[in-house]
Amino acid sequence: MKKELRLMKGNEAVAEAAIRAGADGYFGYPITPQSEILEYLMEANPAKTTGMVVLQAESEVAAINMVYGGAACGKKVMTSSSSPGISLKQEGISYIAGAELPCLIVNVVRGGPGLGTIQPAQSDYFQSVKGGGHGDYHLIVLAPASVQEMADFVDLGFELAFKYRNPVLMLSDGAIGQMMEKVYLSPQKERSTVFPDWATTGKPATRERNIITSLDLDPNGMEMHNHKLQAKYNEIREKEVRYEEFQTEDAEYLLVAYGTSARVSQKAVQLLREQGIKVGLLRPITLFPFPTKRINELAGQVKGILSVEMSAGQMVEDVLLAVNGKVPVKHFGRMGGIVTTPEEVVENLKSKIIGG
Amino acid sequence: MVEATGIKEIIKPENLVYKKTKIMTDNTLSYCPGCGHGTAHRILAEVIDEEGLQSQTIGVSPVGCSVLLYNYLDVDIQQAAHGRAPAVATAIKRLLPDKFVFTYQGDGDLAAIGTAETIHACNRGENILIIFINNGIYGMTGGQMAPTTLPGMKSSTSPYGRDVKTMGNPLKMTDIVATLPGTYYVTRQSVHTPANVRKTKKAIRKAVQYQKLDKGTCFIEIVSNCPSGWKMTPVQSNKWMEETMFPYYPLGDLKTPEE
Repeated sequence: MKKELRLMKGNEAVAEAAIRAGADGYFGYPITPQSEILEYLMEANPAKTTGMVVLQAESEVAAINMVYGGAACGKKVMTSSSSPGISLKQEGISYIAGAELPCLIVNVVRGGPGLGTIQPAQSDYFQSVKGGGHGDYHLIVLAPASVQEMADFVDLGFELAFKYRNPVLMLSDGAIGQMMEKVYLSPQKERSTVFPDWATTGKPATRERNIITSLDLDPNGMEMHNHKLQAKYNEIREKEVRYEEFQTEDAEYLLVAYGTSARVSQKAVQLLREQGIKVGLLRPITLFPFPTKRINELAGQVKGILSVEMSAGQMVEDVLLAVNGKVPVKHFGRMGGIVTTPEEVVENLKSKIIGG
Repeated sequence: MVEATGIKEIIKPENLVYKKTKIMTDNTLSYCPGCGHGTAHRILAEVIDEEGLQSQTIGVSPVGCSVLLYNYLDVDIQQAAHGRAPAVATAIKRLLPDKFVFTYQGDGDLAAIGTAETIHACNRGENILIIFINNGIYGMTGGQMAPTTLPGMKSSTSPYGRDVKTMGNPLKMTDIVATLPGTYYVTRQSVHTPANVRKTKKAIRKAVQYQKLDKGTCFIEIVSNCPSGWKMTPVQSNKWMEETMFPYYPLGDLKTPEE
């Protein structure tokens, strides 16, 4: 079937894509700059068409625990929020990771810390990629850089979540969530009527009861469970790394950036090339798993790397680990809701890497 | 006294007057001697069995003494984060509306950390059964003060007795949820005597019927004991519960359907 072309906000694209992906449930709570997701779904009222449940919860905490309950029934469920709300969800996300439940969480990041601001930022990298809640766990983290990707990563997110029985986080930001672009929407998928064998759907006589828990009071059992989780994360590291390269073939310098910063950095590459400076861009699409291997390879080719992120420097830590001392690595980024400009990236590559 | 050989003659199918319900597993209960949880589990299991609901039931267990509910009931169960069972159950019931969905929560779980989830699930009239075991103390963590701890009552975090001026008054969650239009049937019961066990079982059976009819939230508080946390013998704890807990948490229906 042909894809439908629409002009939409990133947030609206997520909502529409969720309906079309055959999602069973969305549980949300209003917070700027992502409230359009809940608003769009309420207006679209998919209960009448696909039967998808849309519920406005009393808090982000309740919403993520609704996701836990729905996911444990083997249903395709999701929530969305923005930074302070994601902080509130972290306890529930840890339980979901511990109980190995598939779900999709969308974070349309705003500036922090605290109540911060409502403008776009990328300062939630740590709480997305390094776990976020308590315990040793990872989310699969997808970083869209366009409205199209915000739509596409809904389907991809659910696919990966169910493939690995692991929560998937879409790490967007206030710029991509709020801006309008053309987007090709996939045709409507049927909601699934078959559920995984581990799901709590009522115990028939033909199977043992299904238990969803993250608890094991026996430390040996808990360590075994942790080993199992780590083996899964290693498999994800091996198989699910996604990234995009732009003019890296002959690059002498490299920019690494995701999301909005990647778009800004792509323009910076163009400006630098016009000045005769051979620079390329690597855009991680998955932040966990991180494109460590490819960045390490490129570190053997370039003279220096600038990590660009709208933060005080979070992703740069993973870039440094990937480069492992081969070449200088620096960070540049604006904070608190200010979007970096291409000119600033040009200037900082020159001062911190080329001239440095 | 019956001789050992005599017992063998007595244990025959035709003499059987009572047996363990098949919904209870063979796992040894982790509860302290004299605790009401085991009885509450059993009557819930009996209702599930007698109503033929094993294949239809999804339970949600809390953080607290009954966190291991899934070891004892032979039905599908999700273990929820502390206080969040009503939110978890909300999604289960919305996504699987034909199933029988219940939460089983203690007073620390439901009346402290889970206050918001409890009130809002009840206010939305989620078509679920909430079973609320109130023994006025945090049992699993070793007897700390709960929101339901009585004035003057000693616990490990109110060693001089609960001072209501600085520690607040006991929270009557059941009275609060009874005021919400979303609740359909709200009752306070106990399981410390055979008569009370029968009444509580009847209440659970009613709640099952109301859920089938999509009537809204049913909320059953079971005032119970905690011999270990209260530092009493089981017999003393039941007597203390009758004399001290019941005047503050009187047994009976708080909200019954207008039929």
